Amino acid sequence: MDILQLLLYGVVLGSIVALGAVGVTLTFGILGFANFAHGDLMAFGAYVALVAYTWLALPLWLALPAAVAATVALALLVDALVFRRFRTRRPIVLLISSFGVALILRSLIQIGFGPGTVLYSTRIQIAERFWGLRVKPDQIVIVALTLVLVVLLHLFLSRTRTGKAMRAMADNPTLARLSGIDTENVIRWTWAIGGALAAVAGVCLGLNSRLSPEMGWFLLLAVFAAAILGGIGRPYGAILGGYVVGICVEMSNLVLPAEYSPVVPFALLVVMLIVRPTGLFAGRSG
Amino acid sequence: MEAVILGYGVFFLTLGGVYALLALGLNVQWGYVGMLNVGIAAFFAVGAYASAILTGPADPAHLGGFGLPVWLGMSGAAFFAALLGLAIGLVTLRLRSDYLAIASIGIAEIVRLVLKNEDWLTNGVRGIAGIPRPFEALWPGNGGLAMLLVVWGLVFLAFLLNHRAHRSPWGRVLRGIRDNEPAARAMGKNSLAFRLQAFVLGCAVMGLAGSAYAHFVGFISPEAFDPVFATFLVWVMLIAGGSGNNTGAILGALLIWGVWSGTEILTGYLPAEVQTQAGALRVLAIGVLLQAILILRPEGLLPERPPRPVWRKETSR
Repeated sequence: MDILQLLLYGVVLGSIVALGAVGVTLTFGILGFANFAHGDLMAFGAYVALVAYTWLALPLWLALPAAVAATVALALLVDALVFRRFRTRRPIVLLISSFGVALILRSLIQIGFGPGTVLYSTRIQIAERFWGLRVKPDQIVIVALTLVLVVLLHLFLSRTRTGKAMRAMADNPTLARLSGIDTENVIRWTWAIGGALAAVAGVCLGLNSRLSPEMGWFLLLAVFAAAILGGIGRPYGAILGGYVVGICVEMSNLVLPAEYSPVVPFALLVVMLIVRPTGLFAGRSG
Repeated sequence: MEAVILGYGVFFLTLGGVYALLALGLNVQWGYVGMLNVGIAAFFAVGAYASAILTGPADPAHLGGFGLPVWLGMSGAAFFAALLGLAIGLVTLRLRSDYLAIASIGIAEIVRLVLKNEDWLTNGVRGIAGIPRPFEALWPGNGGLAMLLVVWGLVFLAFLLNHRAHRSPWGRVLRGIRDNEPAARAMGKNSLAFRLQAFVLGCAVMGLAGSAYAHFVGFISPEAFDPVFATFLVWVMLIAGGSGNNTGAILGALLIWGVWSGTEILTGYLPAEVQTQAGALRVLAIGVLLQAILILRPEGLLPERPPRPVWRKETSR
């Protein structure tokens, strides 16, 4: 297949991975644990949008905010019910707990919607041709939406007090606490932003392929790889990492059988962990 | 009726023993050293497939037909699982434990893809059938019962091995690394080497569990190694029973396996139209149970007991 066409698919997939990876890198940096439930948070967002879009017959531009609001509420709820109780314990307990939360969310989705795959719309999209490349309107929406969100995230992190506090805490939690940052408030904002971006990522993933209860779990490795590639606690790094992972996964079709493309994020991860464990942007490793 | 109950009892206890082996393997890795292996399914599957290929009948569709005796199949299972553990350990053990967790999902994913796609090796999604069930010939009709004894014999062996390791100087170093790695290194212990040894040992026990499973059931396919039953359930077992406590690992395995198979009987009473969702309901229950244990009794039913120091009599010199 044409290299440029694969590159384009890579940018689309990379946008989705990047949106997921920002949430993972923020929770990893601020709360100190790899959140195994993040993929299922994405799936949850995708299914809320499905309910809003097909059952309530809302237009997609309204279904997306509904998904974002519901996923943010869910992330805050899970934190209040479960994760908050483990703050004083070793972070590894949080990781194990998040593995359980992941399965709880996935089975709830499966109970509600069945184990099969679903599409947002059965209407066939006609790919437009630009300079010989096939582009579907949904793919343009995904990439544009990601760009807008990245700009908004940048403004939030660089201009607002909470955003600066969040970066400080992701960088060095102890020092941030010592300098009087309201950590619980930062943690709430972390879940809100991580949840919101996860919901958008989930909806985009659903638009790009199809929805299934495992959709988020299957993307989780790519999301983790992107977060580690970018350096833990570095949101900008995670965005770059997302695009690197997305492009490498699609480009791997040139050399690998397609059924093995899920292995690519893992290979990137292992190479990165050996060569430069702090990530491209020198996040924390220890 | 009695035969049905007996048959179910044998089935329940044998698979309970397989899970006990998995939990004991995980206990060496997590309970002793604090290594977070989220890819148990991979080592379990490698053990099962290694044993099936080494002992199974020849089939032109996939590798096999070596016709080795079952005990060699079991040794091979432990060996190949350990080999995989060694390869992964060399790459990932210098990383902090949450990176190992992430990397181990990757391993599980790769093993799953190989099982599904490499038909020449594993027969793909069709799976491998006709795996010899030992003792069926020796003791006709009671092969299952004999297999039950063998599996629990293996559990007992693994328990003794683990128990001995826990008390030994080697086990002390492992706990030292788990609780304070810089201190252990300052004492001159090569923490990487110790972690690697514990990881490989745990993987070998998981491989053995896979082999026991394959020889009991007689048929394996990639579906049997779903991360939900093969990884997550084992974690809940060890945490419920008590990480670091071998009796706890076995107790947790039997208890959670009881809950898991008990809920299967319960969901059997649900109306047919919700049967497809019943599996998800059981996973949900186990997920909630894990949170409850982590919140209410994080040390598990039987908390770890560090062995008492052995007081040696001063020998008069």
